[in-house]
Amino acid sequence: MSAPAEGVVATAPGTAPPDGTPVVTVRVPARSFRSELRAIKVVWRRELIRFRADRMRIVTSLVQPLLFLFVLGSGLQQLSAASTHGVDLKTFIYPGVLCISVMFTAMFSAASIVWDREFGFLREMMVAPVRRSSIVIGKCCGGATVASLQGVILLALAWAVDVPYSVSLVLGVFGLQLLLAFSITAFGVMAAARVKQMQSFMGLMQLVVMPMFFISGALFPVTDLPGWLAFLNRIDPLTYAVSPMRSLVFGHLDLSKQAEAALNPGITWFGWTVPMALEIFTVFALGMVMLGIAIWEFNSGE
Amino acid sequence: MPPAISVKDLRKSFGDFEAVRGVSFEVESGEVFGFLGPNGAGKTTTINMLCTLSKLSGGAATVAGHDVVRARDDVRRHIGLVFQDPTLDGYLTAEQNLRLHAELYGVEKGLVAPRMRQVLEMVGLWERRGAQVLTFSGGMRRRLEIARGLMHSPRVLFLDEPTIGLDPQTRNSIWGYIRQLQESEEITIFMTTHYMDEAEFCGRIAIMDHGEIVALDTPEALKEEVGADRIRIETDDDGAAIEALGVRFGLEAGISEGAVTFAVPDGEEFVPRLFAELGVPIRSVSLSRPTLDDVFMSHTGTTIRDAEESGNKTDKRVAMQMMTGGRR
Repeated sequence: MSAPAEGVVATAPGTAPPDGTPVVTVRVPARSFRSELRAIKVVWRRELIRFRADRMRIVTSLVQPLLFLFVLGSGLQQLSAASTHGVDLKTFIYPGVLCISVMFTAMFSAASIVWDREFGFLREMMVAPVRRSSIVIGKCCGGATVASLQGVILLALAWAVDVPYSVSLVLGVFGLQLLLAFSITAFGVMAAARVKQMQSFMGLMQLVVMPMFFISGALFPVTDLPGWLAFLNRIDPLTYAVSPMRSLVFGHLDLSKQAEAALNPGITWFGWTVPMALEIFTVFALGMVMLGIAIWEFNSGE
Repeated sequence: MPPAISVKDLRKSFGDFEAVRGVSFEVESGEVFGFLGPNGAGKTTTINMLCTLSKLSGGAATVAGHDVVRARDDVRRHIGLVFQDPTLDGYLTAEQNLRLHAELYGVEKGLVAPRMRQVLEMVGLWERRGAQVLTFSGGMRRRLEIARGLMHSPRVLFLDEPTIGLDPQTRNSIWGYIRQLQESEEITIFMTTHYMDEAEFCGRIAIMDHGEIVALDTPEALKEEVGADRIRIETDDDGAAIEALGVRFGLEAGISEGAVTFAVPDGEEFVPRLFAELGVPIRSVSLSRPTLDDVFMSHTGTTIRDAEESGNKTDKRVAMQMMTGGRR
């Protein structure tokens, strides 16, 4: 603990207060790349600590995906049995549910930035000697991690919908969830930069998240849709996460050619089938763009 | 020794509203410097600029030897902040809040634990370190914020209304910590308050009104400048007493709160003469030294409480412009 070089008065180590115990003096190092990494880690870890402390949230954010999977999946099974070529509707919906569970949790994580603003903690982070981009990146990484952990619980339910486990399935699904969760959190943080109140943010979520989910094809195959719906579906970012997720899960199933073609047709742009890699890249690219906007917004705000 | 804070012609406007209109001052290293003024006088706006939280509209400032605009991060690592509004994470424990802060500031790992113990013991929260902050009372939270602000051994500690909304006992203990800090660590304390009695504890105070510094000196010097002591007498015939004061001493007296009140330069010497020469029976007399209230009054022509009431309107306007201003 030497005195910093700038010629500012430093507290002498060991200066004794009246009661005789030496004062512990610490020194804050100049900002560096390492301090940025550390800041990202701090913000990331705070998300995890809070997630662990909030068991209620783990349970509540599971309710919706489970409703879709088991209630909707079982209930509509009788209606759809004729057209699913022997595939259970639950199995069909499962990849979509893997996506939306991540989506809800990630949006919740992003919402905490609004919360932090309302309760002041955001300010504590904003005045720290680190870049605001580190805080935003940490937040997105934290949201992604928390959401993917949530996704693992649903991944554990694969047996209930007749999907066999394998290492490649688990890793693939987890990786996709991580990517999707990161992008969604980035989207949420971007929106949160402008929204000052929790109520408005919740409203915004309802306005954006539910349509995104319904249009994405999580609940239906995306071929032969009416024109307006097909258009909306193609511009819905979630579509590009649901489709590779479905390919991944279906790749581990023993499906007939007709079933595969009917249930997992893939996304087409004007008749051209988009390859899976491009779908995944689309999610990644959108996430990066939104992260960029979020950082820009936090930098330009006071 | 370079000044801890140096401010030259600092300005801040929100739209066409000037919240800070060119203030200049210097704070010496190790000083307890107070900003006194009603709500809406521009105190918090000034602090925000010094803490690099808000952009300058004009002028320049250095804190701990670093320019607040050009060396923002160097300023940040040398200052501690305690805001008017709480900024703790209620879901975390006291200890987690401090650890998070220490890590965000890059405090050396081995020093985190001893430093944390020191600051928590100082504010009397060491025993409660494992409790969630949600369970803390307002006073405990404020004390924890002060402890957190000190975690990284800042050169300058900014306290924005540190005692607002607290009970007298907690206010006293917070002042206790501030004095203790001054003795044990080389730290400069910059605080704002609108409590007159608290401003007395500061080494020097700047009185701020409508975005300008109207007076700056030690509390004693400021009060001396006002000069006059205040004397209140109860008499059998107030009317006659007022007349006699005017005729015999050339003093202008008035009735305030049921007693004849007037001001004289040297109260103690004047009282014996008063009894001898007034000619009206006096039932009681009380003498008071000028307070900072009188100082504020003499510089602004209004009491701080009145200024606050009329200032509320401007406050709202500032708030509105802060909300919309940055986003146009």
